[in-house]
Amino acid sequence: MTPVTGRWSKVITYTVLVALALMTAFPVLYALSVSLMSQEDFNAGAFFPTEFTPENYARATESFPLLKYLLNSMVMSLLVTMALLVTSSTAAFAFTFVKFRGRSFFFAVIISTMMIPWEATIIVNFQTVRDLDWLNTFAGLSVPSFATAFGIFLLRQSFLTLPNDLYDAARIDGCPRRRFFVTMVLPLSRPMLATLAVYGFLTTWNKYLWPLLVTSDDSVRTVQIGLKMMQGEEMTAWPVVMAAVVMAIVPTVVVLLVGVRSLQRGLMSGALKG
Amino acid sequence: MPTTERGRKRRRRSWVEVASGIGYLSPALLILGVFLFYPLVKTGYLSAFVTNVRGDAVNLAGLENYWNVFTSSTFLPSMRVTLLFTLMTVPCTIVIALLLAVMTNRRLRGITVFRTTYASTMAVSAAAAAVMFRALFHPSSGAFNKILDLVGLPGVGWLTDPAVALISVALTTIWMSLGFNFLVLLGGLQSIPDELYESAMIDGAGSWRRLVNVTIPLLSPVLLFVGIVLVIDSFQSFGQIDILTQGGPAGATNLIVYEIYQNAFPRNQVGFASAQAVVLFVIVLVLTALQFKFSEKKVHYQ
Repeated sequence: MTPVTGRWSKVITYTVLVALALMTAFPVLYALSVSLMSQEDFNAGAFFPTEFTPENYARATESFPLLKYLLNSMVMSLLVTMALLVTSSTAAFAFTFVKFRGRSFFFAVIISTMMIPWEATIIVNFQTVRDLDWLNTFAGLSVPSFATAFGIFLLRQSFLTLPNDLYDAARIDGCPRRRFFVTMVLPLSRPMLATLAVYGFLTTWNKYLWPLLVTSDDSVRTVQIGLKMMQGEEMTAWPVVMAAVVMAIVPTVVVLLVGVRSLQRGLMSGALKG
Repeated sequence: MPTTERGRKRRRRSWVEVASGIGYLSPALLILGVFLFYPLVKTGYLSAFVTNVRGDAVNLAGLENYWNVFTSSTFLPSMRVTLLFTLMTVPCTIVIALLLAVMTNRRLRGITVFRTTYASTMAVSAAAAAVMFRALFHPSSGAFNKILDLVGLPGVGWLTDPAVALISVALTTIWMSLGFNFLVLLGGLQSIPDELYESAMIDGAGSWRRLVNVTIPLLSPVLLFVGIVLVIDSFQSFGQIDILTQGGPAGATNLIVYEIYQNAFPRNQVGFASAQAVVLFVIVLVLTALQFKFSEKKVHYQ
């Protein structure tokens, strides 16, 4: 990391940083601005509201079941996040603290799933979920995403850093393996579990193709599909749609703000050792 | 005989270990088996059959579906569009994300605010980003044409002009991918030891030479990772297409996953779509294998 010295180089650096920030934030700022303007302002091509119209938010929730969509997204994301923590941590535990024959075979099998593009499996997964009678249910939405090789790999990297003596000492004290997992491994790996939780929540909340396929009514439809539905209704009421967009990104922005550090740490261990 | 008894005991212990290991693995194995391995095999199976409306295999078709895929009027154009899309998005994303990462890799008051802002596009879903850009692209009222108007240029048919639509979708996608790739590259930069920069400075290297001679070579494994992940992502893009253009105008933005989706669902040609999915799988397989191969050879220049 290079420290910046000298007044002029500081001024230049800040100017560039601010310009880049405006560039990357521009679409979101524009959406925020449109969400607060009247339809007339938008039609006139305004950048800022001339008449402040926060009613767009109320209208978005009244003319569409947006709150239901947001709730559905929340349920799906929390289900998947919790399931990912369970399946990834138990599998990572098997790969680090249970020495059994065939372990490297299973590890290769699981890592090889990283090569399967999820989009290539949608046809058969749709049939499976349909035949299980899971269309328009939370099970159909979330169960297929309950495990990923990435999560297992991430937690394995973290479990590997725990000292082996810890395990030996616990075994000598007669601590059963299950208790060692729950009372030692999981608490000590809290930072990486947080990383996986942040990652799981963000990716699940933002899912599009799968919810599009398995939801055909409002009962479990997620907010991403709701955003698609809000358009095309004869003339799109853009300020209202933008209010919905803003509401749809608030949860992930909050999670990102809280979790950006832990996410970066996890991504690095995935990028460098993956 | 103590030795055989110990051997038997050890063998029993080893079976207990296998059972316990598989026990811990079983939740993940079950999900990955049912929703990843099984569909892969079944998709390959379906691709060899003529299917009915429900997508059940009816008549063996052999390689006919594959023949139909490669001779269809949509598949090869879709592959061409996907490749063009990859060429448009991947280099631009890497260059801009690297610029953001280099700019924020310094000790400066308030730098965290900038880092968080740059990373924030990661929180925005494909659907939300696409809806935002649809407003920006709006022909008469959108910000882009308004800006062109202010500087006296004619408006652009961002999503309706077949020559421009793919660029517009690429622009949206580049913006969406900045946050994630910025974070990964920033992490890579932060792992480069300061001493290397200090000695380069003592040698009289300016900031450009430091970037080219120190940063980029040391960052090469991370750059490679980012590059391959971006290529794979661009082969899997779907949400922004469905919201912005539905593959149009005239197939100008008909990316491969959108093509598969159209055939499998609205058109109910499951066997045909399965053959396309198998082709997609092979492409991603090769790309991922390349990534594994390169990251094994992790380059060290020190």
